[in-house]
Amino acid sequence: MEVIDLATTGLRDLNATLQAAARERGNAAYTIENPRGAHALAVGLDGPLDVTVKGSTGYYCAGMNKAASIRVTGSAGPGVAENMMSGTVTIEGDASQYAGATGRGGLLVIKGNASSRCGISMKGIDIVVHGSIGHMAAFMAQRGNLVVLGDAGDALGDSIYEAQLFVRGRVASLGADCEEKEMRPEHLDLLRDLLARAGADARPEEFRRYGSARRLYNFHIDHADAY
Amino acid sequence: MCGIVGLFLKNESLNPRLGAMLTDMLITMTDRGPDSAGIAIYGTPGADATTTAARLKLTVQSDTPDTAFAGLAGKLAEATGAPVDVRILDTHAVIELPAGARAAAEAFLDRHGLRIMGAGERMEIFKEVGLPRDVARRFGLRGMSGSHGIGHTRMATESAVTTLGAHPFSTGEDQCLVHNGSLSNHNQVRRRLAQKGFAPKTQNDTEVAACYISSRLAEGANLGEALEGTLSDLDGFFTFVVGTRNGFGVVRDPIACKPAVMAETDDYVAFASEYRAFADLPGIDAARVWEPEPATVYFWER
Repeated sequence: MEVIDLATTGLRDLNATLQAAARERGNAAYTIENPRGAHALAVGLDGPLDVTVKGSTGYYCAGMNKAASIRVTGSAGPGVAENMMSGTVTIEGDASQYAGATGRGGLLVIKGNASSRCGISMKGIDIVVHGSIGHMAAFMAQRGNLVVLGDAGDALGDSIYEAQLFVRGRVASLGADCEEKEMRPEHLDLLRDLLARAGADARPEEFRRYGSARRLYNFHIDHADAY
Repeated sequence: MCGIVGLFLKNESLNPRLGAMLTDMLITMTDRGPDSAGIAIYGTPGADATTTAARLKLTVQSDTPDTAFAGLAGKLAEATGAPVDVRILDTHAVIELPAGARAAAEAFLDRHGLRIMGAGERMEIFKEVGLPRDVARRFGLRGMSGSHGIGHTRMATESAVTTLGAHPFSTGEDQCLVHNGSLSNHNQVRRRLAQKGFAPKTQNDTEVAACYISSRLAEGANLGEALEGTLSDLDGFFTFVVGTRNGFGVVRDPIACKPAVMAETDDYVAFASEYRAFADLPGIDAARVWEPEPATVYFWER
């Protein structure tokens, strides 16, 4: 286990070290100390690597992650795990705006709450939030799964394509073209697996499923009111 | 972009460190706003030697402080017929005088081209163009003590980079406001406020918000109600942090694009645009840290 102290090591040096270690594909373990809310920590890791950030991070932590496993013991600032390709990112505290935005794959676990625009334009990522999420979550989401153990804010799934949303608590309001869907056995299986992988103590049967009503894919004059 | 910070102390023993804590928070926010910086700090009221009434503090600014502030205390005492103390800090001077001498003092200051940045029993306000680090050093912010304060680092969008365009804006006694964002209906609100007698002095959008809150407080609203009103009457992007004589409040617009984070311990409540600004606060590792909800008013009063 390597320890890198950001009080004595620069951010560029830290990211270069982690990126080189990820490319070696040795699945080495790193601990980052004193993050003090720094921006763009542990970004662009392109291979298996085990990174623990001890503390809270600022903008864009774990962006563009591929195959690496990154854990933040505190809270994460805006844009955590943005455009993730694969691997796992775990936030023990809260996540700020647009967590997991545009993510293509992998698993993002937020143990606390996520604020607004969680999973905006997600394209295949799985996101599990143990707490609640803010407004405009999964806006224009295209693929992947968003699981929320708590409540969801206003305009959930606005203009959604084919992502699936599972919420256990209250949904303040659904966005345009998002509707509640039937929970079928395959959804319960999917949810069971996601909850287990995210270490979430909840039963799939407690959730409701939401997804696209598929009325906004193409402009249709009869639906003008919905735009 | 802009960076904003605020600190409201619950533990009085921290009061002597308020300036130092706020200065560190402000400097951390330099890359969010490198063009100007400002701080409003609520210190000890000036005591009047002859009565028990608190004296009024007027913070004034001049582009030519060497000549404008020379012998200012004596001239003001002569013009107002009242005992006047003047503390000069770089381009600003804090004038203490009996509240009853305010009108005469303001007339004198106006005649001599001195700009009043703020007035109050406790609030002093310092803002200038330049890097936050340099602005803080020029005013000696680090050495100031107080019970609460707010600060701002500016990256200008809506009006020019000038001292008067810098935040905080003060538009009422012991009231001040900092803003991250931009308002879109400020011209309309400016006209309405002017009709009510709360005309902003500059073309800056943030000053309109400050005047709006001052007008609501003058109408009898409490701080929470005044902040609540911004959600229906102001349009645009905003995170506001507001200081009053005994209070401190935060509100974000419903869309909440502008970042915000808060921290609370038994000793203080802190606000910042980013967590980075909290990194050196005492006990931050054990603090409750959260992102304030959109369209939700938070305020503390003592």
